[in-house]
Amino acid sequence: MSEPIRLSTPLKDEDIAGLKTGDKVLLSGKIYTARDAAHKRLLADIDAGQKPPFELEGAVIYYVGPSPAPPGRPIGSAGPTTSYRMDTYAPRLHSMGVKASIGKGKRGDTVKDALQEFKGVYFGATGGAGALLSQRITSARILAYEDLGPEAIRELEVKDFPLLVVNDSFGGELYVKPRIK
Amino acid sequence: MRTINAGAITDVVAKICLEANIKAPDDVLQAFKKSQETETSPAGLEILNQLLENVKLAGETGLPLCQDTGLAVFFVELGTDCRVEGDLYQAINDGVRQGYEKGYLRKSVCHPLTRKNTGDNTPAIIHLDLVPGDKIRIKFMAKGGGSENMSRATMLTPAQGWEGIKKFVVNRVAEAGPNPCPPTIVGVGIGGTFDHAPILAKKALFRPLDQKHSDPEIAAMEDELFAAINDLGIGPMGMGGNTTSLGVKIEMAPCHIASLPLAVNIQCHSARHKEVVI
Repeated sequence: MSEPIRLSTPLKDEDIAGLKTGDKVLLSGKIYTARDAAHKRLLADIDAGQKPPFELEGAVIYYVGPSPAPPGRPIGSAGPTTSYRMDTYAPRLHSMGVKASIGKGKRGDTVKDALQEFKGVYFGATGGAGALLSQRITSARILAYEDLGPEAIRELEVKDFPLLVVNDSFGGELYVKPRIK
Repeated sequence: MRTINAGAITDVVAKICLEANIKAPDDVLQAFKKSQETETSPAGLEILNQLLENVKLAGETGLPLCQDTGLAVFFVELGTDCRVEGDLYQAINDGVRQGYEKGYLRKSVCHPLTRKNTGDNTPAIIHLDLVPGDKIRIKFMAKGGGSENMSRATMLTPAQGWEGIKKFVVNRVAEAGPNPCPPTIVGVGIGGTFDHAPILAKKALFRPLDQKHSDPEIAAMEDELFAAINDLGIGPMGMGGNTTSLGVKIEMAPCHIASLPLAVNIQCHSARHKEVVI
Protein backbone atom coordinates (compact mmCIF):
# COMPACT_ATOMS: atom_id res chain seq x y z
CA MET A 1 0.00 0.00 0.00
CA SER A 2 1.02 3.58 -0.66
CA GLU A 3 2.56 5.98 1.85
CA PRO A 4 0.07 7.69 4.17
CA ILE A 5 -1.01 11.29 3.60
CA ARG A 6 -0.65 13.49 6.70
CA LEU A 7 -3.50 15.90 7.34
CA SER A 8 -4.42 18.34 10.09
CA THR A 9 -7.84 19.64 11.09
CA PRO A 10 -9.77 21.75 10.25
CA LEU A 11 -9.82 20.28 6.74
CA LYS A 12 -9.90 22.57 3.73
CA ASP A 13 -11.27 22.10 0.23
CA GLU A 14 -7.77 21.54 -1.12
CA ASP A 15 -7.17 18.76 1.46
CA ILE A 16 -10.34 17.04 0.29
CA ALA A 17 -9.46 17.48 -3.39
CA GLY A 18 -6.20 15.62 -2.79
CA LEU A 19 -7.90 12.51 -1.37
CA LYS A 20 -8.90 9.47 -3.39
CA THR A 21 -10.60 6.25 -2.38
CA GLY A 22 -8.05 3.84 -0.91
CA ASP A 23 -5.63 6.54 0.30
CA LYS A 24 -4.17 5.99 3.75
CA VAL A 25 -4.36 9.07 5.95
CA LEU A 26 -2.79 9.97 9.29
CA LEU A 27 -4.98 12.67 10.80
CA SER A 28 -3.90 15.06 13.56
CA GLY A 29 -5.66 17.87 15.41
CA LYS A 30 -9.09 18.31 16.92
CA ILE A 31 -11.98 16.07 15.92
CA TYR A 32 -15.48 15.80 17.39
CA THR A 33 -17.36 12.73 18.53
CA ALA A 34 -21.05 12.31 17.85
CA ARG A 35 -23.26 9.32 17.25
CA ASP A 36 -26.99 8.57 17.08
CA ALA A 37 -28.53 10.58 19.94
CA ALA A 38 -26.00 13.42 19.69
CA HIS A 39 -26.71 13.94 15.98
CA LYS A 40 -30.43 14.08 16.61
CA ARG A 41 -30.05 16.65 19.36
CA LEU A 42 -27.38 18.69 17.56
CA LEU A 43 -29.59 19.26 14.52
CA ALA A 44 -32.66 19.96 16.68
CA ASP A 45 -30.65 22.58 18.59
CA ILE A 46 -29.39 24.16 15.37
CA ASP A 47 -32.98 24.28 14.09
CA ALA A 48 -33.95 26.00 17.33
CA GLY A 49 -31.38 28.72 16.56
CA GLN A 50 -28.61 27.62 18.90
CA LYS A 51 -24.94 27.81 18.06
CA PRO A 52 -23.37 24.37 17.59
CA PRO A 53 -20.90 23.34 20.35
CA PHE A 54 -18.01 23.28 17.85
CA GLU A 55 -17.13 25.09 14.64
CA LEU A 56 -18.71 23.10 11.80
CA GLU A 57 -16.56 24.63 9.04
CA GLY A 58 -13.84 22.13 8.18
CA ALA A 59 -14.85 19.82 11.01
CA VAL A 60 -14.28 16.08 11.18
CA ILE A 61 -16.92 14.08 13.06
CA TYR A 62 -15.96 10.74 14.56
CA TYR A 63 -18.81 8.26 15.00
CA VAL A 64 -17.74 6.78 18.31
CA GLY A 65 -19.11 6.04 21.75
CA PRO A 66 -15.94 5.47 23.76
CA SER A 67 -15.75 3.29 26.83
CA PRO A 68 -15.07 5.23 30.09
CA ALA A 69 -11.53 6.49 30.64
CA PRO A 70 -9.67 4.47 33.26
CA PRO A 71 -7.51 6.48 35.72
CA GLY A 72 -4.48 8.01 34.01
CA ARG A 73 -5.83 7.78 30.46
CA PRO A 74 -7.63 10.49 28.44
CA ILE A 75 -10.18 8.04 27.02
CA GLY A 76 -11.11 4.37 27.07
CA SER A 77 -11.43 2.11 24.07
CA ALA A 78 -12.46 4.21 21.06
CA GLY A 79 -13.10 2.47 17.74
CA PRO A 80 -15.68 3.56 15.15
CA THR A 81 -19.35 2.61 15.21
CA THR A 82 -21.33 1.62 12.10
CA SER A 83 -21.96 4.73 10.03
CA TYR A 84 -25.20 4.09 8.12
CA ARG A 85 -27.24 5.07 11.16
CA MET A 86 -25.93 8.62 10.76
CA ASP A 87 -26.86 8.79 7.05
CA THR A 88 -30.06 10.62 8.05
CA TYR A 89 -28.01 13.54 9.37
CA ALA A 90 -24.74 13.57 7.40
CA PRO A 91 -25.82 15.41 4.21
CA ARG A 92 -27.16 18.36 6.22
CA LEU A 93 -23.98 18.58 8.28
CA HIS A 94 -21.90 18.55 5.08
CA SER A 95 -24.07 21.39 3.74
CA MET A 96 -23.14 23.35 6.87
CA GLY A 97 -19.40 22.96 6.39
CA VAL A 98 -18.49 19.60 7.93
CA LYS A 99 -15.76 18.11 5.75
CA ALA A 100 -15.44 14.52 6.87
CA SER A 101 -16.81 11.76 9.02
CA ILE A 102 -15.00 8.76 10.47
CA GLY A 103 -16.80 5.47 10.92
CA LYS A 104 -17.06 1.97 9.56
CA GLY A 105 -19.35 0.34 7.02
CA LYS A 106 -21.32 1.45 3.99
CA ARG A 107 -22.89 4.87 3.37
CA GLY A 108 -26.11 5.51 1.49
CA ASP A 109 -26.40 7.33 -1.82
CA THR A 110 -27.56 10.57 -0.21
CA VAL A 111 -24.28 10.75 1.72
CA LYS A 112 -22.17 9.88 -1.33
CA ASP A 113 -23.98 12.62 -3.29
CA ALA A 114 -23.39 15.12 -0.48
CA LEU A 115 -19.65 14.31 -0.48
CA GLN A 116 -19.51 15.28 -4.15
CA GLU A 117 -21.72 18.34 -3.82
CA PHE A 118 -20.07 19.82 -0.72
CA LYS A 119 -16.54 18.43 -1.23
CA GLY A 120 -16.25 15.99 1.62
CA VAL A 121 -14.87 12.54 2.38
CA TYR A 122 -15.86 9.53 4.43
CA PHE A 123 -13.00 7.92 6.30
CA GLY A 124 -13.00 4.34 7.53
CA ALA A 125 -11.21 3.33 10.71
CA THR A 126 -10.80 -0.28 11.74
CA GLY A 127 -13.90 -1.44 13.57
CA GLY A 128 -13.26 -3.17 16.86
CA ALA A 129 -9.70 -1.90 17.10
CA GLY A 130 -10.75 0.27 20.05
CA ALA A 131 -7.69 -0.31 22.22
CA LEU A 132 -5.36 0.37 19.29
CA LEU A 133 -7.09 3.59 18.18
CA SER A 134 -7.27 4.83 21.77
CA GLN A 135 -3.46 5.14 21.75
CA ARG A 136 -3.69 7.87 19.09
CA ILE A 137 -6.02 10.05 21.15
CA THR A 138 -4.05 12.42 23.34
CA SER A 139 -6.86 14.29 25.05
CA ALA A 140 -10.64 14.23 25.36
CA ARG A 141 -13.18 16.60 26.89
CA ILE A 142 -16.96 16.71 26.83
CA LEU A 143 -18.35 19.70 24.88
CA ALA A 144 -22.08 19.02 25.02
CA TYR A 145 -24.86 16.63 26.04
CA GLU A 146 -23.02 15.09 28.99
CA ASP A 147 -26.25 13.34 30.02
CA LEU A 148 -25.94 11.13 26.91
CA GLY A 149 -22.96 9.35 28.50
CA PRO A 150 -21.03 7.50 25.79
CA GLU A 151 -23.01 9.45 23.17
CA ALA A 152 -22.00 12.91 24.43
CA ILE A 153 -20.20 15.25 22.03
CA ARG A 154 -16.50 15.24 22.86
CA GLU A 155 -13.56 17.18 21.51
CA LEU A 156 -10.67 14.82 20.90
CA GLU A 157 -7.10 15.72 20.13
CA VAL A 158 -5.66 13.06 17.86
CA LYS A 159 -2.14 12.42 16.66
CA ASP A 160 -1.56 10.39 13.49
CA PHE A 161 -4.99 8.78 13.68
CA PRO A 162 -4.92 5.98 11.04
CA LEU A 163 -7.67 6.20 8.42
CA LEU A 164 -8.54 4.98 4.95
CA VAL A 165 -10.52 7.04 2.45
CA VAL A 166 -13.62 4.93 1.82
CA ASN A 167 -15.73 7.44 -0.14
CA ASP A 168 -13.98 10.39 -1.81
CA SER A 169 -15.40 13.62 -3.22
CA PHE A 170 -15.32 12.23 -6.76
CA GLY A 171 -17.82 9.38 -6.29
CA GLY A 172 -15.23 6.68 -5.58
CA GLU A 173 -15.84 3.87 -3.09
CA LEU A 174 -13.36 1.50 -1.48
CA TYR A 175 -15.57 -1.36 -0.31
CA VAL A 176 -15.60 -4.35 -2.63
CA LYS A 177 -18.86 -5.56 -4.12
CA PRO A 178 -19.63 -9.09 -2.88
CA ARG A 179 -19.52 -11.81 -5.55
CA ILE A 180 -23.02 -13.31 -5.52
CA LYS A 181 -23.40 -16.54 -7.47
CA MET B 1 -29.32 -31.05 46.59
CA ARG B 2 -26.44 -28.61 46.43
CA THR B 3 -26.96 -24.99 47.43
CA ILE B 4 -25.20 -22.07 45.75
CA ASN B 5 -25.38 -18.60 47.22
CA ALA B 6 -26.56 -15.88 44.84
CA GLY B 7 -23.65 -13.73 45.97
CA ALA B 8 -21.17 -16.25 44.59
CA ILE B 9 -22.90 -16.02 41.21
CA THR B 10 -22.67 -12.23 41.28
CA ASP B 11 -18.92 -12.39 41.93
CA VAL B 12 -18.32 -14.85 39.12
CA VAL B 13 -20.46 -12.88 36.65
CA ALA B 14 -18.64 -9.62 37.47
CA LYS B 15 -15.32 -11.33 36.87
CA ILE B 16 -16.21 -12.92 33.53
CA CYS B 17 -17.80 -9.72 32.18
CA LEU B 18 -14.56 -7.91 32.86
CA GLU B 19 -12.18 -10.58 31.59
CA ALA B 20 -14.11 -11.39 28.43
CA ASN B 21 -14.10 -7.74 27.35
CA ILE B 22 -10.35 -7.34 27.66
CA LYS B 23 -8.92 -10.68 26.60
CA ALA B 24 -9.80 -12.27 23.26
CA PRO B 25 -10.77 -15.94 23.51
CA ASP B 26 -8.09 -18.40 22.39
CA ASP B 27 -10.16 -19.85 19.55
CA VAL B 28 -10.68 -16.38 18.06
CA LEU B 29 -7.02 -15.51 18.46
CA GLN B 30 -6.00 -18.74 16.73
CA ALA B 31 -8.48 -18.03 13.92
CA PHE B 32 -6.93 -14.53 13.42
CA LYS B 33 -3.46 -16.06 13.16
CA LYS B 34 -4.62 -18.76 10.77
CA SER B 35 -6.32 -16.14 8.58
CA GLN B 36 -3.14 -14.07 8.56
CA GLU B 37 -1.43 -16.96 6.79
CA THR B 38 -4.16 -17.50 4.20
CA GLU B 39 -5.39 -13.97 3.47
CA THR B 40 -4.40 -12.93 -0.04
CA SER B 41 -5.53 -9.30 -0.12
CA PRO B 42 -2.92 -6.78 1.14
CA ALA B 43 -5.60 -4.46 2.58
CA GLY B 44 -7.33 -7.39 4.26
CA LEU B 45 -4.04 -8.57 5.69
CA GLU B 46 -3.28 -5.12 7.05
CA ILE B 47 -6.63 -5.13 8.90
CA LEU B 48 -5.88 -8.58 10.37
CA ASN B 49 -2.49 -7.29 11.56
CA GLN B 50 -4.24 -4.35 13.23
CA LEU B 51 -6.71 -6.67 14.94
CA LEU B 52 -3.88 -8.77 16.38
CA GLU B 53 -2.08 -5.61 17.48
CA ASN B 54 -5.33 -4.49 19.11
CA VAL B 55 -5.56 -7.75 21.08
CA LYS B 56 -2.00 -7.24 22.28
CA LEU B 57 -2.62 -3.61 23.29
CA ALA B 58 -5.84 -4.46 25.14
CA GLY B 59 -3.90 -7.03 27.15
CA GLU B 60 -1.12 -4.56 27.94
CA THR B 61 -3.30 -1.56 28.80
CA GLY B 62 -6.37 -3.25 30.29
CA LEU B 63 -8.55 -1.33 27.83
CA PRO B 64 -11.50 -3.21 26.36
CA LEU B 65 -10.85 -4.83 22.97
CA CYS B 66 -13.71 -2.81 21.51
CA GLN B 67 -15.43 0.29 22.88
CA ASP B 68 -18.75 -1.46 22.31
CA THR B 69 -18.57 -3.71 25.33
CA GLY B 70 -21.96 -4.98 24.36
CA LEU B 71 -25.24 -5.99 25.77
CA ALA B 72 -24.61 -8.75 28.33
CA VAL B 73 -26.10 -12.00 27.06
CA PHE B 74 -26.16 -15.14 29.19
CA PHE B 75 -27.01 -18.75 28.58
CA VAL B 76 -27.31 -20.36 31.98
CA GLU B 77 -27.50 -24.13 32.44
CA LEU B 78 -28.84 -24.84 35.89
CA GLY B 79 -28.50 -28.39 37.26
CA THR B 80 -31.76 -29.80 38.63
CA ASP B 81 -29.85 -30.96 41.74
CA CYS B 82 -28.62 -27.44 42.40
CA ARG B 83 -30.56 -24.80 44.27
CA VAL B 84 -29.75 -21.12 44.09
CA GLU B 85 -30.21 -19.34 47.38
CA GLY B 86 -31.53 -15.94 46.38
CA ASP B 87 -32.69 -14.50 43.06
CA LEU B 88 -30.65 -15.90 40.16
CA TYR B 89 -31.67 -13.16 37.72
CA GLN B 90 -30.89 -10.42 40.20
CA ALA B 91 -27.57 -12.07 41.03
CA ILE B 92 -26.56 -12.00 37.35
CA ASN B 93 -27.68 -8.41 36.88
CA ASP B 94 -25.76 -7.38 39.99
CA GLY B 95 -22.68 -9.07 38.53
CA VAL B 96 -23.09 -7.20 35.23
CA ARG B 97 -23.49 -3.91 37.09
CA GLN B 98 -20.32 -4.53 39.12
CA GLY B 99 -18.19 -5.92 36.31
CA TYR B 100 -19.05 -3.13 33.88
CA GLU B 101 -18.38 -0.44 36.46
CA LYS B 102 -15.14 -1.92 37.75
CA GLY B 103 -13.76 -2.65 34.29
CA TYR B 104 -14.48 0.82 32.85
CA LEU B 105 -16.71 -0.90 30.32
CA ARG B 106 -19.25 1.06 28.29
CA LYS B 107 -22.84 1.02 29.42
CA SER B 108 -24.82 0.52 26.23
CA VAL B 109 -28.34 -0.33 27.40
CA CYS B 110 -31.13 2.22 26.89
CA HIS B 111 -34.92 2.62 26.66
CA PRO B 112 -35.89 1.64 23.11
CA LEU B 113 -37.83 4.83 22.40
CA THR B 114 -36.64 7.59 24.72
CA ARG B 115 -33.06 6.20 24.30
CA LYS B 116 -32.36 7.03 27.95
CA ASN B 117 -29.41 4.97 29.15
CA THR B 118 -30.08 2.71 32.15
CA GLY B 119 -26.59 3.67 33.31
CA ASP B 120 -25.33 0.28 34.43
CA ASN B 121 -25.63 -1.97 31.37
CA THR B 122 -28.59 -3.87 32.81
CA PRO B 123 -30.89 -5.59 32.31
CA ALA B 124 -28.91 -8.46 30.88
CA ILE B 125 -30.50 -10.90 28.44
CA ILE B 126 -30.69 -14.22 30.30
CA HIS B 127 -31.64 -17.59 28.82
CA LEU B 128 -32.12 -20.31 31.40
CA ASP B 129 -32.04 -24.06 30.74
CA LEU B 130 -32.50 -26.83 33.25
CA VAL B 131 -30.00 -29.67 32.85
CA PRO B 132 -29.15 -32.77 34.89
CA GLY B 133 -26.54 -32.47 37.64
CA ASP B 134 -25.70 -30.27 40.62
CA LYS B 135 -23.70 -27.54 38.90
CA ILE B 136 -24.47 -24.24 37.26
CA ARG B 137 -22.80 -23.33 33.97
CA ILE B 138 -22.82 -19.63 33.07
CA LYS B 139 -21.98 -18.66 29.50
CA PHE B 140 -21.50 -14.94 28.89
CA MET B 141 -21.24 -13.00 25.68
CA ALA B 142 -20.63 -9.26 25.24
CA LYS B 143 -22.83 -8.73 22.18
CA GLY B 144 -22.06 -5.62 20.18
CA GLY B 145 -24.83 -3.63 18.51
CA GLY B 146 -23.23 -3.18 15.10
CA SER B 147 -23.17 -6.87 14.26
CA GLU B 148 -26.46 -7.57 16.05
CA ASN B 149 -28.13 -4.98 13.78
CA MET B 150 -27.02 -6.96 10.72
CA SER B 151 -28.77 -10.13 11.98
CA ARG B 152 -32.08 -11.27 10.49
CA ALA B 153 -34.84 -13.82 11.00
CA THR B 154 -37.33 -15.10 8.43
CA MET B 155 -39.97 -17.76 7.89
CA LEU B 156 -39.19 -19.82 4.79
CA THR B 157 -41.59 -22.32 3.27
CA PRO B 158 -40.75 -26.01 3.65
CA ALA B 159 -40.31 -26.19 -0.15
CA GLN B 160 -37.41 -23.74 0.00
CA GLY B 161 -35.41 -26.24 2.05
CA TRP B 162 -31.61 -26.20 2.27
CA GLU B 163 -31.21 -24.23 -0.97
CA GLY B 164 -33.46 -21.49 0.42
CA ILE B 165 -31.58 -21.47 3.71
CA LYS B 166 -28.23 -21.20 1.98
CA LYS B 167 -29.40 -18.38 -0.27
CA PHE B 168 -30.83 -16.38 2.65
CA VAL B 169 -27.75 -16.77 4.85
CA VAL B 170 -25.21 -15.95 2.12
CA ASN B 171 -27.27 -13.00 0.86
CA ARG B 172 -27.58 -11.64 4.39
CA VAL B 173 -23.82 -11.71 4.87
CA ALA B 174 -23.32 -10.14 1.43
CA GLU B 175 -25.84 -7.39 2.11
CA ALA B 176 -24.30 -6.67 5.54
CA GLY B 177 -20.92 -6.29 3.81
CA PRO B 178 -18.43 -4.30 5.89
CA ASN B 179 -20.99 -3.15 8.49
CA PRO B 180 -20.80 -5.95 11.10
CA CYS B 181 -16.96 -5.81 11.36
CA PRO B 182 -15.88 -8.83 9.31
CA PRO B 183 -14.31 -11.33 9.61
CA THR B 184 -17.48 -12.39 11.39
CA ILE B 185 -18.77 -15.55 12.99
CA VAL B 186 -22.14 -16.49 11.57
CA GLY B 187 -24.65 -18.20 13.86
CA VAL B 188 -27.51 -19.91 12.06
CA GLY B 189 -30.67 -21.16 13.77
CA ILE B 190 -32.86 -23.51 11.76
CA GLY B 191 -36.26 -24.76 12.93
CA GLY B 192 -38.22 -24.42 16.15
CA THR B 193 -40.71 -21.56 16.07
CA PHE B 194 -40.53 -17.88 15.09
CA ASP B 195 -39.05 -17.01 18.51
CA HIS B 196 -36.87 -20.09 18.87
CA ALA B 197 -34.78 -19.86 15.68
CA PRO B 198 -32.93 -16.66 16.76
CA ILE B 199 -32.17 -18.23 20.14
CA LEU B 200 -30.67 -21.22 18.33
CA ALA B 201 -28.63 -18.85 16.15
CA LYS B 202 -27.29 -17.03 19.19
CA LYS B 203 -26.57 -20.29 21.02
CA ALA B 204 -24.57 -21.42 17.98
CA LEU B 205 -22.20 -18.47 18.45
CA PHE B 206 -21.00 -19.94 21.75
CA ARG B 207 -19.57 -23.08 20.15
CA PRO B 208 -15.75 -22.85 19.91
CA LEU B 209 -14.56 -22.04 16.39
CA ASP B 210 -12.52 -25.23 16.15
CA GLN B 211 -15.47 -27.40 17.17
CA LYS B 212 -17.71 -28.75 14.42
CA HIS B 213 -21.32 -29.74 14.98
CA SER B 214 -21.60 -33.25 16.46
CA ASP B 215 -23.98 -34.28 13.65
CA PRO B 216 -21.81 -34.82 10.54
CA GLU B 217 -24.62 -33.73 8.21
CA ILE B 218 -24.98 -30.39 10.00
CA ALA B 219 -21.19 -30.07 10.14
CA ALA B 220 -21.14 -30.48 6.33
CA MET B 221 -23.75 -27.72 6.01
CA GLU B 222 -21.57 -25.46 8.14
CA ASP B 223 -18.61 -26.15 5.84
CA GLU B 224 -20.71 -25.42 2.75
CA LEU B 225 -21.93 -22.08 4.12
CA PHE B 226 -18.44 -21.17 5.33
CA ALA B 227 -16.97 -21.71 1.85
CA ALA B 228 -19.79 -19.78 0.14
CA ILE B 229 -19.46 -16.83 2.54
CA ASN B 230 -15.69 -16.58 2.19
CA ASP B 231 -16.10 -16.78 -1.58
CA LEU B 232 -18.01 -13.47 -1.47
CA GLY B 233 -14.68 -11.63 -1.37
CA ILE B 234 -15.79 -9.08 1.25
CA GLY B 235 -12.71 -9.66 3.41
CA PRO B 236 -11.66 -8.03 6.69
CA MET B 237 -13.67 -4.82 7.27
CA GLY B 238 -14.94 -5.07 3.68
CA MET B 239 -11.52 -4.28 2.22
CA GLY B 240 -11.52 -7.38 0.03
CA GLY B 241 -10.00 -10.80 0.54
CA ASN B 242 -10.91 -14.33 1.46
CA THR B 243 -11.39 -13.87 5.21
CA THR B 244 -15.01 -12.75 5.43
CA SER B 245 -15.91 -15.24 8.14
CA LEU B 246 -13.97 -17.07 10.83
CA GLY B 247 -16.65 -19.72 11.24
CA VAL B 248 -20.25 -20.69 10.60
CA LYS B 249 -22.13 -22.50 13.36
CA ILE B 250 -25.57 -24.04 12.91
CA GLU B 251 -28.03 -25.18 15.56
CA MET B 252 -31.14 -27.02 14.48
CA ALA B 253 -34.46 -27.98 16.10
CA PRO B 254 -37.60 -29.72 14.85
CA CYS B 255 -40.35 -27.41 13.62
CA HIS B 256 -44.02 -27.36 12.53
CA ILE B 257 -44.91 -29.21 9.29
CA ALA B 258 -45.97 -25.86 7.78
CA SER B 259 -42.86 -23.91 8.79
CA LEU B 260 -39.16 -23.44 8.20
CA PRO B 261 -38.01 -20.76 10.66
CA LEU B 262 -34.53 -19.41 9.98
CA ALA B 263 -32.34 -16.90 11.80
CA VAL B 264 -28.88 -15.49 11.13
CA ASN B 265 -27.10 -13.94 14.10
CA ILE B 266 -23.91 -12.19 13.10
CA GLN B 267 -21.03 -11.85 15.53
CA CYS B 268 -18.22 -9.38 14.82
CA HIS B 269 -14.56 -10.41 14.92
CA SER B 270 -14.40 -9.17 18.51
CA ALA B 271 -16.18 -12.33 19.63
CA ARG B 272 -15.99 -11.88 23.37
CA HIS B 273 -17.35 -14.75 25.38
CA LYS B 274 -16.43 -16.68 28.48
CA GLU B 275 -17.96 -19.46 30.48
CA VAL B 276 -17.61 -20.71 33.99
CA VAL B 277 -18.95 -23.68 35.96
CA ILE B 278 -19.80 -23.34 39.65
